[in-house]
Amino acid sequence: MSRPVIVAENLTKRFGHLTAVNCIRFSIQEGECFGFLGPNGAGKTSTMKMIYGFSPVTEGDLWVLDLSVKKHSVQVKRSMGVVPQEDSLDPELSVIDNLLVYARYYDVPSKEAATRADELLKFLQLEEKRKDSISKLSGGMKRRLVIARALINKPKILILDEPTTGLDPQARHSIWNKLRNLKKSGVTMVLTTHYMEEATQLCDRLVIMNEAKILAEGRPHELIRDRVGREVYEIRASRKALNPLKDKFQTQGFDAECFDETLYLFVRDGTPPPEALLAMVKSMDFHHRPATLEDVFLKVAGRELRE
Amino acid sequence: MFKVWYRDFKVWTRYFTSSFVANLGEPILYLLAIGFGLGRYVASFDGLSYAEFIAPALVVVSVMNTASFETTFSSYTRMAVQKTFDAIAATPLTFRQIVRGEILWAASKACFSSMVIFGVVAAFGLVKTPWAFAVVLICAVQGILFASLGILATAFAKSYEMFNYYFTLFISPMFLFSGTFFPLGGLPDWVYAVAWAMPLTHAVAGAREIFQGPPGPVFFKSLLWLGIAAALVSWAAVRKMEKRLFV
Repeated sequence: MSRPVIVAENLTKRFGHLTAVNCIRFSIQEGECFGFLGPNGAGKTSTMKMIYGFSPVTEGDLWVLDLSVKKHSVQVKRSMGVVPQEDSLDPELSVIDNLLVYARYYDVPSKEAATRADELLKFLQLEEKRKDSISKLSGGMKRRLVIARALINKPKILILDEPTTGLDPQARHSIWNKLRNLKKSGVTMVLTTHYMEEATQLCDRLVIMNEAKILAEGRPHELIRDRVGREVYEIRASRKALNPLKDKFQTQGFDAECFDETLYLFVRDGTPPPEALLAMVKSMDFHHRPATLEDVFLKVAGRELRE
Repeated sequence: MFKVWYRDFKVWTRYFTSSFVANLGEPILYLLAIGFGLGRYVASFDGLSYAEFIAPALVVVSVMNTASFETTFSSYTRMAVQKTFDAIAATPLTFRQIVRGEILWAASKACFSSMVIFGVVAAFGLVKTPWAFAVVLICAVQGILFASLGILATAFAKSYEMFNYYFTLFISPMFLFSGTFFPLGGLPDWVYAVAWAMPLTHAVAGAREIFQGPPGPVFFKSLLWLGIAAALVSWAAVRKMEKRLFV
Protein backbone atom coordinates (compact mmCIF):
# COMPACT_ATOMS: atom_id res chain seq x y z
CA MET A 1 0.00 0.00 0.00
CA SER A 2 1.75 3.06 1.26
CA ARG A 3 4.21 3.81 -1.49
CA PRO A 4 4.43 7.49 -2.37
CA VAL A 5 3.09 8.06 -5.89
CA ILE A 6 3.40 11.83 -6.04
CA VAL A 7 6.19 13.68 -4.27
CA ALA A 8 6.84 17.42 -4.41
CA GLU A 9 9.98 19.08 -3.04
CA ASN A 10 10.18 22.86 -2.86
CA LEU A 11 7.75 23.06 -5.72
CA THR A 12 7.38 26.59 -7.05
CA LYS A 13 5.34 28.15 -9.83
CA ARG A 14 5.74 31.72 -10.95
CA PHE A 15 3.92 33.66 -13.66
CA GLY A 16 6.12 36.69 -14.21
CA HIS A 17 6.16 38.48 -10.88
CA LEU A 18 3.25 36.54 -9.46
CA THR A 19 4.15 33.54 -7.32
CA ALA A 20 1.26 31.10 -7.56
CA VAL A 21 2.92 28.25 -5.67
CA ASN A 22 5.70 29.04 -3.25
CA CYS A 23 8.12 26.29 -2.31
CA ILE A 24 5.65 23.65 -1.16
CA ARG A 25 6.30 20.02 -0.31
CA PHE A 26 3.92 17.10 0.00
CA SER A 27 3.83 13.37 -0.53
CA ILE A 28 0.79 11.44 -1.71
CA GLN A 29 0.54 7.71 -0.97
CA GLU A 30 -0.75 5.03 -3.28
CA GLY A 31 -4.49 4.44 -3.01
CA GLU A 32 -5.32 7.43 -0.86
CA CYS A 33 -7.50 10.40 -1.59
CA PHE A 34 -5.46 13.53 -1.02
CA GLY A 35 -7.08 16.93 -0.89
CA PHE A 36 -5.91 20.46 -1.61
CA LEU A 37 -8.09 23.01 0.12
CA GLY A 38 -7.84 26.71 -0.18
CA PRO A 39 -9.59 29.90 -1.20
CA ASN A 40 -9.57 31.01 -4.82
CA GLY A 41 -6.09 31.95 -5.92
CA ALA A 42 -4.38 29.89 -3.23
CA GLY A 43 -2.38 27.92 -5.78
CA LYS A 44 -4.37 24.67 -5.85
CA THR A 45 -5.04 24.60 -9.56
CA SER A 46 -1.50 25.68 -10.42
CA THR A 47 -0.25 22.74 -8.38
CA MET A 48 -2.62 20.36 -10.18
CA LYS A 49 -1.54 21.67 -13.56
CA MET A 50 2.09 21.01 -12.76
CA ILE A 51 1.23 17.48 -11.64
CA TYR A 52 -0.45 16.64 -14.92
CA GLY A 53 2.26 18.18 -17.03
CA PHE A 54 0.08 20.99 -18.28
CA SER A 55 2.19 23.76 -16.91
CA PRO A 56 5.98 23.74 -16.52
CA VAL A 57 7.55 23.62 -13.04
CA THR A 58 9.36 26.90 -12.33
CA GLU A 59 11.53 25.58 -9.50
CA GLY A 60 11.84 22.55 -7.26
CA ASP A 61 11.08 18.92 -8.03
CA LEU A 62 7.98 16.92 -8.70
CA TRP A 63 7.87 13.16 -9.15
CA VAL A 64 4.92 11.09 -10.22
CA LEU A 65 5.31 7.30 -10.00
CA ASP A 66 9.07 7.79 -9.61
CA LEU A 67 9.30 9.82 -12.82
CA SER A 68 10.29 13.46 -12.86
CA VAL A 69 7.46 15.49 -14.35
CA LYS A 70 10.00 17.91 -15.77
CA LYS A 71 11.52 15.26 -18.02
CA HIS A 72 8.86 12.60 -18.50
CA SER A 73 5.56 14.43 -18.66
CA VAL A 74 4.29 12.29 -21.54
CA GLN A 75 4.78 9.02 -19.62
CA VAL A 76 3.35 10.61 -16.51
CA LYS A 77 0.24 11.66 -18.40
CA ARG A 78 -0.26 8.07 -19.62
CA SER A 79 -0.98 6.83 -16.11
CA MET A 80 -3.18 9.73 -15.15
CA GLY A 81 -6.77 10.80 -15.63
CA VAL A 82 -7.68 14.46 -15.35
CA VAL A 83 -10.98 16.09 -14.46
CA PRO A 84 -10.20 19.76 -15.10
CA GLN A 85 -11.94 22.66 -13.43
CA GLU A 86 -13.24 24.10 -16.66
CA ASP A 87 -15.66 22.01 -18.61
CA SER A 88 -13.68 20.88 -21.63
CA LEU A 89 -15.97 18.33 -23.25
CA ASP A 90 -15.97 18.42 -27.01
CA PRO A 91 -19.28 20.10 -27.94
CA GLU A 92 -18.85 19.07 -31.54
CA LEU A 93 -18.95 15.35 -30.71
CA SER A 94 -21.62 13.10 -29.21
CA VAL A 95 -21.35 11.62 -25.70
CA ILE A 96 -19.93 8.32 -26.89
CA ASP A 97 -17.58 9.95 -29.40
CA ASN A 98 -16.20 12.17 -26.66
CA LEU A 99 -15.02 8.98 -24.98
CA LEU A 100 -13.88 7.18 -28.11
CA VAL A 101 -11.94 10.08 -29.60
CA TYR A 102 -10.31 10.66 -26.21
CA ALA A 103 -9.34 6.99 -26.01
CA ARG A 104 -7.37 7.39 -29.23
CA TYR A 105 -5.19 10.05 -27.63
CA TYR A 106 -4.10 7.34 -25.17
CA ASP A 107 -3.63 4.74 -27.94
CA VAL A 108 -6.35 2.53 -26.49
CA PRO A 109 -7.16 -0.03 -29.25
CA SER A 110 -10.57 0.78 -30.70
CA LYS A 111 -12.26 -2.49 -29.68
CA GLU A 112 -11.07 -2.15 -26.12
CA ALA A 113 -12.06 1.52 -26.12
CA ALA A 114 -15.60 0.63 -27.18
CA THR A 115 -16.01 -1.90 -24.35
CA ARG A 116 -14.50 0.44 -21.82
CA ALA A 117 -16.62 3.38 -22.95
CA ASP A 118 -19.75 1.25 -22.50
CA GLU A 119 -18.66 0.18 -19.03
CA LEU A 120 -17.94 3.76 -18.04
CA LEU A 121 -21.24 5.07 -19.36
CA LYS A 122 -22.94 2.38 -17.31
CA PHE A 123 -20.88 3.14 -14.21
CA LEU A 124 -21.68 6.84 -14.44
CA GLN A 125 -25.31 6.27 -15.44
CA LEU A 126 -25.09 7.91 -18.83
CA GLU A 127 -26.05 4.95 -21.06
CA GLU A 128 -29.26 6.58 -22.23
CA LYS A 129 -27.37 9.69 -23.33
CA ARG A 130 -24.95 7.71 -25.49
CA LYS A 131 -25.78 9.39 -28.78
CA ASP A 132 -26.81 12.78 -27.45
CA SER A 133 -24.87 15.92 -28.09
CA ILE A 134 -23.12 17.55 -25.17
CA SER A 135 -25.40 20.58 -25.12
CA LYS A 136 -28.32 18.34 -24.08
CA LEU A 137 -26.62 17.24 -20.86
CA SER A 138 -27.24 18.77 -17.44
CA GLY A 139 -24.34 20.13 -15.39
CA GLY A 140 -24.17 16.95 -13.32
CA MET A 141 -24.18 14.72 -16.39
CA LYS A 142 -21.41 16.76 -18.01
CA ARG A 143 -19.33 16.37 -14.89
CA ARG A 144 -19.95 12.63 -14.84
CA LEU A 145 -18.98 12.41 -18.48
CA VAL A 146 -15.75 14.30 -17.80
CA ILE A 147 -15.03 11.74 -15.06
CA ALA A 148 -15.80 8.89 -17.47
CA ARG A 149 -13.46 10.48 -19.99
CA ALA A 150 -10.72 10.76 -17.38
CA LEU A 151 -11.06 7.02 -16.67
CA ILE A 152 -10.88 5.82 -20.27
CA ASN A 153 -7.17 4.97 -19.96
CA LYS A 154 -7.60 3.09 -16.63
CA PRO A 155 -5.47 5.64 -14.78
CA LYS A 156 -3.54 4.85 -11.61
CA ILE A 157 -3.97 8.44 -10.49
CA LEU A 158 -7.07 10.56 -10.91
CA ILE A 159 -6.77 14.34 -10.68
CA LEU A 160 -9.99 16.09 -9.72
CA ASP A 161 -9.89 19.88 -9.89
CA GLU A 162 -13.07 21.09 -8.15
CA PRO A 163 -15.14 18.17 -9.40
CA THR A 164 -18.49 19.32 -8.02
CA THR A 165 -18.31 23.11 -8.18
CA GLY A 166 -21.61 24.52 -9.35
CA LEU A 167 -23.64 21.31 -9.02
CA ASP A 168 -26.85 20.77 -7.08
CA PRO A 169 -26.74 18.59 -3.93
CA GLN A 170 -28.15 15.50 -5.65
CA ALA A 171 -25.56 15.66 -8.40
CA ARG A 172 -22.78 16.26 -5.87
CA HIS A 173 -23.74 13.30 -3.74
CA SER A 174 -23.99 11.04 -6.75
CA ILE A 175 -20.49 12.07 -7.82
CA TRP A 176 -19.13 11.51 -4.31
CA ASN A 177 -20.56 8.00 -4.36
CA LYS A 178 -18.89 7.24 -7.67
CA LEU A 179 -15.60 8.61 -6.42
CA ARG A 180 -15.78 6.48 -3.26
CA ASN A 181 -16.34 3.40 -5.43
CA LEU A 182 -13.34 4.32 -7.51
CA LYS A 183 -11.20 4.69 -4.44
CA LYS A 184 -12.13 1.19 -3.35
CA SER A 185 -10.78 -0.08 -6.64
CA GLY A 186 -7.38 1.32 -5.68
CA VAL A 187 -7.17 4.51 -7.74
CA THR A 188 -5.13 7.24 -6.08
CA MET A 189 -7.11 10.47 -6.10
CA VAL A 190 -5.92 14.03 -5.86
CA LEU A 191 -8.71 16.49 -5.25
CA THR A 192 -8.99 20.24 -4.99
CA THR A 193 -12.08 21.82 -3.58
CA HIS A 194 -13.36 24.70 -1.55
CA TYR A 195 -16.25 22.66 -0.24
CA MET A 196 -15.22 21.55 3.22
CA GLU A 197 -17.91 18.92 3.27
CA GLU A 198 -16.52 17.39 0.11
CA ALA A 199 -13.07 17.22 1.64
CA THR A 200 -14.39 15.64 4.85
CA GLN A 201 -16.42 13.12 2.86
CA LEU A 202 -13.70 12.03 0.50
CA CYS A 203 -10.20 12.83 1.68
CA ASP A 204 -7.96 10.58 3.75
CA ARG A 205 -5.46 13.39 4.12
CA LEU A 206 -5.41 16.96 3.00
CA VAL A 207 -3.45 20.17 3.00
CA ILE A 208 -4.81 23.66 3.41
CA MET A 209 -3.24 26.18 1.06
CA ASN A 210 -3.34 29.93 1.26
CA GLU A 211 -1.38 32.53 -0.67
CA ALA A 212 0.77 29.95 -2.45
CA LYS A 213 1.82 28.15 0.76
CA ILE A 214 0.71 25.03 2.61
CA LEU A 215 -0.49 26.07 6.05
CA ALA A 216 -1.73 22.80 7.53
CA GLU A 217 -1.62 19.13 6.73
CA GLY A 218 -3.32 16.07 8.19
CA ARG A 219 -6.34 13.78 8.33
CA PRO A 220 -9.61 15.75 8.38
CA HIS A 221 -10.70 14.54 11.82
CA GLU A 222 -7.28 15.01 13.35
CA LEU A 223 -7.10 18.51 11.95
CA ILE A 224 -10.45 19.37 13.45
CA ARG A 225 -9.51 17.83 16.80
CA ASP A 226 -6.08 19.47 16.95
CA ARG A 227 -6.89 22.88 15.55
CA VAL A 228 -10.36 23.69 16.86
CA GLY A 229 -11.56 20.93 19.16
CA ARG A 230 -14.93 19.23 19.33
CA GLU A 231 -17.61 21.88 19.58
CA VAL A 232 -18.20 25.47 18.61
CA TYR A 233 -20.49 28.15 20.01
CA GLU A 234 -21.32 30.94 17.62
CA ILE A 235 -22.63 33.96 19.46
CA ARG A 236 -24.12 36.85 17.53
CA ALA A 237 -24.28 40.31 19.05
CA SER A 238 -22.81 43.77 18.58
CA ARG A 239 -19.05 44.09 18.63
CA LYS A 240 -19.30 46.14 21.83
CA ALA A 241 -21.11 43.37 23.66
CA LEU A 242 -18.88 40.62 22.28
CA ASN A 243 -15.44 42.01 23.08
CA PRO A 244 -15.72 41.80 26.91
CA LEU A 245 -17.21 38.34 26.57
CA LYS A 246 -14.31 37.24 24.43
CA ASP A 247 -11.83 38.53 27.03
CA LYS A 248 -13.64 36.64 29.77
CA PHE A 249 -13.46 33.40 27.84
CA GLN A 250 -9.85 33.91 26.97
CA THR A 251 -8.83 34.53 30.60
CA GLN A 252 -10.54 31.23 31.44
CA GLY A 253 -8.28 29.55 28.90
CA PHE A 254 -10.83 29.15 26.10
CA ASP A 255 -10.06 29.66 22.47
CA ALA A 256 -12.31 32.48 21.29
CA GLU A 257 -12.22 34.86 18.38
CA CYS A 258 -14.38 37.66 17.06
CA PHE A 259 -15.16 38.36 13.45
CA ASP A 260 -17.68 41.00 12.38
CA GLU A 261 -20.66 40.55 14.69
CA THR A 262 -19.95 36.99 15.71
CA LEU A 263 -17.93 35.46 18.52
CA TYR A 264 -16.57 31.99 17.89
CA LEU A 265 -15.94 29.95 21.01
CA PHE A 266 -14.08 26.69 20.48
CA VAL A 267 -14.53 23.96 23.06
CA ARG A 268 -11.44 21.82 22.77
CA ASP A 269 -12.14 18.64 24.72
CA GLY A 270 -15.87 18.88 25.25
CA THR A 271 -15.70 20.38 28.78
CA PRO A 272 -18.45 22.96 28.71
CA PRO A 273 -17.73 26.56 29.69
CA PRO A 274 -18.46 27.52 33.35
CA GLU A 275 -22.16 27.94 34.21
CA ALA A 276 -21.95 31.67 34.77
CA LEU A 277 -20.46 32.33 31.34
CA LEU A 278 -22.75 29.84 29.66
CA ALA A 279 -25.76 31.63 31.15
CA MET A 280 -24.55 34.84 29.55
CA VAL A 281 -24.18 33.11 26.21
CA LYS A 282 -27.63 31.59 26.49
CA SER A 283 -29.18 34.99 27.03
CA MET A 284 -27.84 36.01 23.60
CA ASP A 285 -28.46 34.83 20.07
CA PHE A 286 -26.29 31.73 19.87
CA HIS A 287 -25.74 28.50 17.98
CA HIS A 288 -24.06 25.40 19.41
CA ARG A 289 -22.70 22.85 16.94
CA PRO A 290 -19.94 20.28 16.38
CA ALA A 291 -16.66 21.61 15.01
CA THR A 292 -16.10 21.10 11.28
CA LEU A 293 -13.31 21.34 8.78
CA GLU A 294 -14.66 24.74 7.83
CA ASP A 295 -13.64 26.04 11.26
CA VAL A 296 -10.13 24.73 10.71
CA PHE A 297 -10.03 26.25 7.30
CA LEU A 298 -11.17 29.71 8.38
CA LYS A 299 -8.84 29.63 11.34
CA VAL A 300 -5.86 28.73 9.20
CA ALA A 301 -6.63 30.75 6.07
CA GLY A 302 -8.21 33.72 7.82
CA ARG A 303 -11.75 34.97 7.50
CA GLU A 304 -11.17 37.91 5.20
CA LEU A 305 -12.73 37.87 1.74
CA ARG A 306 -10.49 37.02 -1.21
CA GLU A 307 -11.28 39.32 -4.08
CA MET B 1 -0.58 14.70 -34.48
CA PHE B 2 -2.72 12.33 -36.57
CA LYS B 3 -5.00 11.77 -33.60
CA VAL B 4 -5.78 15.48 -33.48
CA TRP B 5 -6.29 15.39 -37.23
CA TYR B 6 -8.73 12.52 -36.73
CA ARG B 7 -10.69 14.46 -34.12
CA ASP B 8 -11.16 17.39 -36.47
CA PHE B 9 -11.97 15.03 -39.32
CA LYS B 10 -14.64 13.31 -37.26
CA VAL B 11 -16.28 16.62 -36.39
CA TRP B 12 -16.17 17.64 -40.04
CA THR B 13 -17.91 14.46 -41.18
CA ARG B 14 -20.75 15.37 -38.80
CA TYR B 15 -21.23 18.73 -40.47
CA PHE B 16 -20.23 17.57 -43.92
CA THR B 17 -23.19 18.82 -45.99
CA SER B 18 -23.23 22.35 -44.68
CA SER B 19 -19.49 22.81 -45.08
CA PHE B 20 -19.65 21.25 -48.55
CA VAL B 21 -22.22 23.75 -49.76
CA ALA B 22 -20.26 26.62 -48.25
CA ASN B 23 -17.13 25.39 -50.03
CA LEU B 24 -18.86 25.13 -53.33
CA GLY B 25 -21.07 28.20 -53.32
CA GLU B 26 -18.68 31.13 -53.38
CA PRO B 27 -16.26 30.00 -56.09
CA ILE B 28 -19.15 29.10 -58.39
CA LEU B 29 -20.51 32.61 -57.96
CA TYR B 30 -17.11 34.10 -58.81
CA LEU B 31 -16.79 31.87 -61.81
CA LEU B 32 -20.20 32.79 -63.14
CA ALA B 33 -20.19 36.50 -62.34
CA ILE B 34 -16.58 37.36 -63.04
CA GLY B 35 -15.35 34.53 -65.24
CA PHE B 36 -18.28 34.31 -67.60
CA GLY B 37 -20.11 37.58 -66.88
CA LEU B 38 -17.37 40.18 -66.71
CA GLY B 39 -15.17 37.94 -68.84
CA ARG B 40 -17.25 38.63 -71.94
CA TYR B 41 -15.96 42.20 -71.92
CA VAL B 42 -12.35 41.28 -71.30
CA ALA B 43 -9.83 40.63 -74.06
CA SER B 44 -8.18 37.23 -74.02
CA PHE B 45 -4.75 36.76 -72.42
CA ASP B 46 -2.22 34.61 -74.26
CA GLY B 47 -5.01 32.89 -76.10
CA LEU B 48 -6.99 32.12 -72.92
CA SER B 49 -10.57 33.13 -72.34
CA TYR B 50 -11.06 35.10 -69.13
CA ALA B 51 -12.82 32.15 -67.46
CA GLU B 52 -9.86 29.92 -68.39
CA PHE B 53 -7.56 32.58 -66.97
CA ILE B 54 -9.16 32.74 -63.54
CA ALA B 55 -10.08 29.03 -63.17
CA PRO B 56 -6.70 27.86 -61.78
CA ALA B 57 -6.61 30.92 -59.51
CA LEU B 58 -10.00 30.04 -58.04
CA VAL B 59 -8.69 26.57 -57.16
CA VAL B 60 -5.76 27.94 -55.12
CA VAL B 61 -7.84 30.78 -53.66
CA SER B 62 -10.11 28.17 -52.11
CA VAL B 63 -7.05 26.61 -50.43
CA MET B 64 -6.16 30.00 -48.97
CA ASN B 65 -9.67 30.70 -47.74
CA THR B 66 -10.36 27.28 -46.27
CA ALA B 67 -7.02 26.94 -44.51
CA SER B 68 -7.12 30.51 -43.19
CA PHE B 69 -10.63 30.21 -41.87
CA GLU B 70 -9.98 26.85 -40.25
CA THR B 71 -6.89 27.91 -38.32
CA THR B 72 -8.21 31.32 -37.25
CA PHE B 73 -11.89 31.28 -36.31
CA SER B 74 -12.17 27.52 -35.89
CA SER B 75 -8.86 26.87 -34.13
CA TYR B 76 -9.40 29.87 -31.87
CA THR B 77 -12.80 28.50 -30.91
CA ARG B 78 -11.27 25.13 -30.10
CA MET B 79 -8.45 26.75 -28.17
CA ALA B 80 -10.13 29.55 -26.21
CA VAL B 81 -13.83 28.76 -26.14
CA GLN B 82 -14.25 25.00 -26.17
CA LYS B 83 -10.97 24.28 -24.34
CA THR B 84 -10.42 21.39 -26.72
CA PHE B 85 -6.65 21.91 -26.73
CA ASP B 86 -6.57 21.87 -22.94
CA ALA B 87 -8.54 18.65 -22.82
CA ILE B 88 -6.20 16.99 -25.29
CA ALA B 89 -3.10 18.28 -23.52
CA ALA B 90 -4.10 16.34 -20.40
CA THR B 91 -3.53 13.14 -22.40
CA PRO B 92 -0.07 11.96 -23.51
CA LEU B 93 -0.18 14.42 -26.40
CA THR B 94 1.84 17.61 -26.18
CA PHE B 95 0.77 21.10 -27.19
CA ARG B 96 3.24 20.91 -30.04
CA GLN B 97 1.58 17.81 -31.44
CA ILE B 98 -1.83 19.39 -31.06
CA VAL B 99 -0.81 22.46 -33.05
CA ARG B 100 0.79 20.33 -35.76
CA GLY B 101 -2.39 18.28 -35.95
CA GLU B 102 -4.41 21.45 -36.40
CA ILE B 103 -2.17 22.64 -39.23
CA LEU B 104 -2.28 19.26 -40.92
CA TRP B 105 -6.05 19.11 -40.63
CA ALA B 106 -6.59 22.61 -42.01
CA ALA B 107 -4.29 21.81 -44.95
CA SER B 108 -6.19 18.59 -45.65
CA LYS B 109 -9.52 20.33 -45.54
CA ALA B 110 -8.16 23.06 -47.82
CA CYS B 111 -6.92 20.45 -50.31
CA PHE B 112 -10.27 18.77 -50.26
CA SER B 113 -12.12 21.99 -50.97
CA SER B 114 -9.70 22.90 -53.76
CA MET B 115 -10.42 19.53 -55.37
CA VAL B 116 -14.12 20.29 -55.19
CA ILE B 117 -13.47 23.54 -57.04
CA PHE B 118 -11.27 21.68 -59.46
CA GLY B 119 -14.26 19.46 -60.18
CA VAL B 120 -16.44 22.51 -60.74
CA VAL B 121 -14.08 24.22 -63.20
CA ALA B 122 -13.60 20.90 -64.97
CA ALA B 123 -17.37 20.59 -65.26
CA PHE B 124 -17.42 24.02 -66.92
CA GLY B 125 -14.90 22.71 -69.43
CA LEU B 126 -12.02 24.82 -68.14
CA VAL B 127 -9.56 21.97 -67.60
CA LYS B 128 -7.85 21.22 -70.91
CA THR B 129 -5.04 18.86 -69.92
CA PRO B 130 -4.62 16.01 -67.42
CA TRP B 131 -1.47 17.80 -66.19
CA ALA B 132 -3.82 20.17 -64.41
CA PHE B 133 -4.35 17.51 -61.73
CA ALA B 134 -0.82 18.20 -60.53
CA VAL B 135 -2.16 21.45 -59.07
CA VAL B 136 -2.89 19.32 -56.00
CA LEU B 137 0.85 19.48 -55.18
CA ILE B 138 0.66 23.25 -55.03
CA CYS B 139 -2.54 23.04 -52.99
CA ALA B 140 -0.94 20.73 -50.41
CA VAL B 141 2.11 22.91 -49.78
CA GLN B 142 0.09 26.10 -49.96
CA GLY B 143 -2.40 24.57 -47.53
CA ILE B 144 0.33 23.99 -44.94
CA LEU B 145 1.58 27.54 -45.46
CA PHE B 146 -1.79 29.26 -45.02
CA ALA B 147 -2.75 26.99 -42.13
CA SER B 148 0.49 27.96 -40.40
CA LEU B 149 -0.06 31.66 -41.08
CA GLY B 150 -3.52 31.33 -39.56
CA ILE B 151 -2.14 29.55 -36.48
CA LEU B 152 0.43 32.30 -36.13
CA ALA B 153 -2.36 34.90 -36.15
CA THR B 154 -4.31 32.83 -33.64
CA ALA B 155 -1.28 32.61 -31.36
CA PHE B 156 -1.40 36.41 -31.06
CA ALA B 157 -5.19 36.77 -30.99
CA LYS B 158 -6.91 37.97 -27.85
CA SER B 159 -10.39 37.82 -29.37
CA TYR B 160 -12.15 37.18 -32.67
CA GLU B 161 -11.81 40.89 -33.56
CA MET B 162 -8.18 40.36 -34.39
CA PHE B 163 -9.12 38.04 -37.25
CA ASN B 164 -11.07 40.80 -38.95
CA TYR B 165 -7.76 42.63 -39.32
CA TYR B 166 -6.09 39.49 -40.53
CA PHE B 167 -8.67 39.01 -43.25
CA THR B 168 -9.17 42.64 -44.35
CA LEU B 169 -5.51 43.62 -44.27
CA PHE B 170 -3.89 40.42 -45.42
CA ILE B 171 -6.15 37.81 -46.98
CA SER B 172 -8.51 40.04 -49.00
CA PRO B 173 -5.80 42.20 -50.63
CA MET B 174 -3.98 39.03 -51.52
CA PHE B 175 -7.13 37.64 -53.07
CA LEU B 176 -7.40 40.69 -55.32
CA PHE B 177 -3.79 41.55 -56.12
CA SER B 178 -1.96 38.26 -56.54
CA GLY B 179 -2.56 37.90 -60.24
CA THR B 180 -5.86 36.24 -59.54
CA PHE B 181 -8.00 38.45 -61.77
CA PHE B 182 -5.40 40.24 -63.89
CA PRO B 183 -1.80 39.53 -64.90
CA LEU B 184 0.91 41.26 -62.88
CA GLY B 185 3.16 41.91 -65.90
CA GLY B 186 3.49 45.58 -66.85
CA LEU B 187 2.67 46.91 -63.38
CA PRO B 188 5.12 49.26 -61.57
CA ASP B 189 8.11 47.50 -60.05
CA TRP B 190 7.16 48.15 -56.45
CA VAL B 191 3.71 46.64 -56.96
CA TYR B 192 5.39 43.64 -58.47
CA ALA B 193 7.77 43.40 -55.51
CA VAL B 194 4.90 43.48 -53.03
CA ALA B 195 3.03 40.88 -55.01
CA TRP B 196 6.11 38.68 -55.12
CA ALA B 197 6.22 38.64 -51.33
CA MET B 198 2.65 37.35 -51.19
CA PRO B 199 2.22 33.57 -51.03
CA LEU B 200 -0.90 33.52 -53.17
CA THR B 201 0.99 35.07 -56.13
CA HIS B 202 3.19 32.00 -56.33
CA ALA B 203 0.33 29.57 -55.94
CA VAL B 204 -1.60 31.31 -58.72
CA ALA B 205 1.42 31.40 -61.05
CA GLY B 206 2.22 27.72 -60.54
CA ALA B 207 -1.40 26.66 -60.90
CA ARG B 208 -1.84 28.68 -64.07
CA GLU B 209 1.17 27.07 -65.69
CA ILE B 210 0.19 23.51 -64.84
CA PHE B 211 -3.32 24.13 -66.21
CA GLN B 212 -1.68 24.67 -69.61
CA GLY B 213 0.38 21.51 -69.80
CA PRO B 214 3.52 19.84 -68.43
CA PRO B 215 5.25 21.57 -65.50
CA GLY B 216 7.85 24.19 -66.41
CA PRO B 217 10.15 26.46 -64.43
CA VAL B 218 7.28 28.60 -63.07
CA PHE B 219 5.58 25.58 -61.52
CA PHE B 220 8.74 24.32 -59.82
CA LYS B 221 9.80 27.77 -58.68
CA SER B 222 6.43 28.40 -57.10
CA LEU B 223 6.49 25.00 -55.37
CA LEU B 224 9.94 25.79 -54.00
CA TRP B 225 8.91 29.25 -52.78
CA LEU B 226 5.80 27.89 -51.11
CA GLY B 227 7.71 24.95 -49.62
CA ILE B 228 10.38 27.12 -48.01
CA ALA B 229 7.78 29.57 -46.71
CA ALA B 230 5.64 26.70 -45.34
CA ALA B 231 8.62 25.21 -43.49
CA LEU B 232 9.60 28.54 -41.92
CA VAL B 233 6.12 29.71 -41.01
CA SER B 234 4.97 26.35 -39.61
CA TRP B 235 8.07 26.21 -37.43
CA ALA B 236 7.40 29.71 -36.11
CA ALA B 237 3.67 29.06 -35.66
CA VAL B 238 4.19 25.89 -33.62
CA ARG B 239 6.75 27.59 -31.42
CA LYS B 240 4.69 30.71 -30.87
CA MET B 241 1.57 28.71 -30.09
CA GLU B 242 3.42 26.46 -27.64
CA LYS B 243 4.69 29.58 -25.89
CA ARG B 244 1.16 30.82 -25.52
CA LEU B 245 -0.35 27.56 -24.30
CA PHE B 246 2.35 25.94 -22.20
CA VAL B 247 2.75 28.42 -19.34
